[in-house]
Amino acid sequence: MTRRVLQLSVNGRAHELMVEPRRTLADVLREDLELTGTHLGCEHGVCGACTVLLDGLAVRSCLMLAVQAAGTEVMTIEGLERDGEMHPLQEAFRDSHSFQCGFCTPGFVMTVLALLDEGRDLSEVELREELSGNLCRCTGYQSIVEGVQLAAERMAAGR
Amino acid sequence: MKPPPFEYHAVGSVEEAVGLLAEHGDEAKVLAGGQSLVPLLALRLARPAHLVDINGVSELASFANGDALRVGCLVRQRVAERAGAVGVANPLLVRALGLIGHTAIRNRGTIGGSIAHADPAAELPTVLVALDGEVEATSRRGPRTVAASELFRGFLTTSLAPDELLTGVRFPPWLAGTGWSFQEFSRRSGDFAIAGVAVTVRLDTNGVATDVRIALSGMGPTPVRASSAEAALVGQPPSEAAWNAASQEAVAGLDPPSDVHGSAAYRRHLAGVMTRRALREAHERAEVRS
Repeated sequence: MTRRVLQLSVNGRAHELMVEPRRTLADVLREDLELTGTHLGCEHGVCGACTVLLDGLAVRSCLMLAVQAAGTEVMTIEGLERDGEMHPLQEAFRDSHSFQCGFCTPGFVMTVLALLDEGRDLSEVELREELSGNLCRCTGYQSIVEGVQLAAERMAAGR
Repeated sequence: MKPPPFEYHAVGSVEEAVGLLAEHGDEAKVLAGGQSLVPLLALRLARPAHLVDINGVSELASFANGDALRVGCLVRQRVAERAGAVGVANPLLVRALGLIGHTAIRNRGTIGGSIAHADPAAELPTVLVALDGEVEATSRRGPRTVAASELFRGFLTTSLAPDELLTGVRFPPWLAGTGWSFQEFSRRSGDFAIAGVAVTVRLDTNGVATDVRIALSGMGPTPVRASSAEAALVGQPPSEAAWNAASQEAVAGLDPPSDVHGSAAYRRHLAGVMTRRALREAHERAEVRS
């Protein structure tokens, strides 16, 4: 199958790749760019583990062809740290024990990053609704909700 | 869980898209948001030889609220959901949009894609049927308009020909004072509903219903209008007894599927309960008007 040139920016770095059109953005991130922090669970849009930011919006990277990301700015979990320091959201997740096995964590973090960026004041019910697109099989979600709430508090105080 | 090979065409215009569809017919599939098509590819339930990616056709991504609300097929569900103009133009549509999947799905999923995919359990086809909306379709043979009542033909099947592109969706003008409700039940937030219903109600100065719309989702191969229940409510003042009778009438003749999520009898019962709740909520929201 004919490969196509793909130019995109990932975590602030420009890339030019040759990709087969049938390959998903998730696979190109993981295999070609070796950014394996983006996890693949179900590979058909149900589990949310592969969530990344595409021009600032949370999207399922398993439900996009990589060629469709041409010209966009993609952010993955690897793009969060600054000079060796974790993002406040990552710190809040650590402090709240918001993960156990950690497989779903990158998807949750990217989903929540976009959510907090909207700056909306969410009740716990609304927050749980927003998190419902990401599946976690370990925590029972309570510690994830607490981690998000802690991050929201800290980030609001820091502003 | 990887899509099979296909020839990929990223088009820049409607002309280019319909040219490819005319050339390749049912060997081609249109790719918009991809939130339904890409899973089908990954599961290899669809194996199109050609994918026509319309995401670069910017003219398809606009909406306008003139006489009717006209939404370009490529407008993202999340964009429409959050656009104040759409909320004013059609509160039922905004409510239904918020029930589609999750935020990350709606960030990519499009209005036209959800309707063209024609899943009978999906929200947008049900709203289109409830409101007697229309879609605009175009091909090399020219443009045409298809009424919602003529569009949905079966499970994941519309009356659009393989060479036609659904370019836009039109919702009739929203009349001030119209009451509305969208109710659905799913096991988990964001899942396809086991049963759902869209209702609108208009009342006259005496509080008597002059126009009632009831459309049910997930109860057959297409969304269905409950015409006899609608007719039974017109001319009646609001009452629990009338809503109860109408909700029974709405589901009486339906033959929903039985599957792991519920039996046909359970779905019918659930749809009746949803309909009663929706009728009550729509009446509460309706304003008495001359």
